[in-house]
Amino acid sequence: METNDSKESSREIVVPGDLLAISGKKAGPGTYSEGGKIFASQLGIKTVRQDSISVVPLSGQYIPIRGDLVVGKIVDIGASNWLVDINSPYPAPLHVNEVPWRVEFGETGKFMTVGDIVLIKVVGVDEVKRIQVSMQDHGLRKLTGGMVMEVSPSKVPRVIGKNGSMIQMLKNETGCRIYVGQNGRIWIDGELDNIVKAVRAIKLIEDESHSLGLTEKVKELLSRKGSEREM
Amino acid sequence: MGGTPTDLKLIDERGLRIDGRRPDEMRPLRIEAGVLKRADGSAYVEWGQNKVMAAVYGPRECHPRHLQNPERALVQCNYNMASFSVEDRKRPGPDRRSHEISKIISEALTHVVFTEYFPRTSIDVYIEVLQANAGTRCAGLTAASVALADAGVPMKDLVAACAAGKVADTVVLDLGKEEDNSGQADIPLGYVPRTGEIVLLQMDGDLSPEEFDKGVRMAIDACRKVSEIQRDALKRRYSASSADVDAAQAVPEMPKEGP
Repeated sequence: METNDSKESSREIVVPGDLLAISGKKAGPGTYSEGGKIFASQLGIKTVRQDSISVVPLSGQYIPIRGDLVVGKIVDIGASNWLVDINSPYPAPLHVNEVPWRVEFGETGKFMTVGDIVLIKVVGVDEVKRIQVSMQDHGLRKLTGGMVMEVSPSKVPRVIGKNGSMIQMLKNETGCRIYVGQNGRIWIDGELDNIVKAVRAIKLIEDESHSLGLTEKVKELLSRKGSEREM
Repeated sequence: MGGTPTDLKLIDERGLRIDGRRPDEMRPLRIEAGVLKRADGSAYVEWGQNKVMAAVYGPRECHPRHLQNPERALVQCNYNMASFSVEDRKRPGPDRRSHEISKIISEALTHVVFTEYFPRTSIDVYIEVLQANAGTRCAGLTAASVALADAGVPMKDLVAACAAGKVADTVVLDLGKEEDNSGQADIPLGYVPRTGEIVLLQMDGDLSPEEFDKGVRMAIDACRKVSEIQRDALKRRYSASSADVDAAQAVPEMPKEGP
């Protein structure tokens, strides 16, 4: 789990207003610069890279970014769109044109109803944060069966792991089908025992996301749960 | 020794105050971050006899809709005193005083929050005073800014607050209840330590310009100390597990989970 960028990082927790650097580097996410100095704007972990300095937040709401894959829930139906809750401060209307089916005006309810879970992609965010989402891409669809759990959006990268290593391990060990949305919603489907196992592992990741050797801990939990069942 | 406020000796021969503090001494302050599970961010402050809880929700969709600002987030603050927070029962519900305090605290916080990052949303701050003993608006603002940082809201700095005042013709720091009730003046002050800006300043009572300057200077010095305690509280929340933080490296490029 080593990267050349993170070698430099000191894993220091910073608070808004903390001075991070006098200058020379770019102010990355979670920071702001004023008078040539870079300060932290969020509570998080200071991360220093070659050319920039940023703060990895420890908490916060999900703010949609173009290209994000999210797990949404239909909360309302219009004549030509569905309103999807994507766990962010902004509502996301899913227009019939953005859906893989041919939907006649007013027949939206025949395809998806309130409460349905969908795997969608954020395709547009404008300056006033109006969100456009789409279901027209490879693998995007309405999710049937399974269950949805929520984690803090700031922990999503931890659940996925470096280059998807963590999520790959979860999938391999539990045999579940798992989709992790950038908005912190995770859809899991598989055998009940395995779902329980996966949920426990994800909760562990969320609780101990900033401890060392997380992968080993999760691995241990996954194998232990397996043996417990055999007893 | 009548015991009526008029012959209450607020400062004794040795120059000590009613609770034994020196004129420039603050009451003990303790802050705890992240005390409420349901809120996005929270903080609990014990400042002398004051006990204040602050919770932050959001940024979230702003309701009612007509309050939405297409350019920035709205910081909405709600200061409330519990009915059991004071000696005589406080009649519950909003009143003139709590409206005023809510307004000035949300204005002080708006100044430090990067509201332009979250257009059309509102950031809701709830301040509950569980026990009051003078200086609750300062305690409330102090708690609220810790709760905001705990919620992960981007901001320029934490706001620290402390009051100064005049008691028995002496300028003193951080008035207690007796001093507030029978003192001559009270100046609550909210301060941004990084920039030196004053984001909240009120005055109740009369002071000469010299006394005012002295009081403000005292309060600013105290705010710097408050700020240290705030920062420590936030760092402490994660330090249990932060000695071995692994988080920074798992993230760099935010790998996406492909379907």
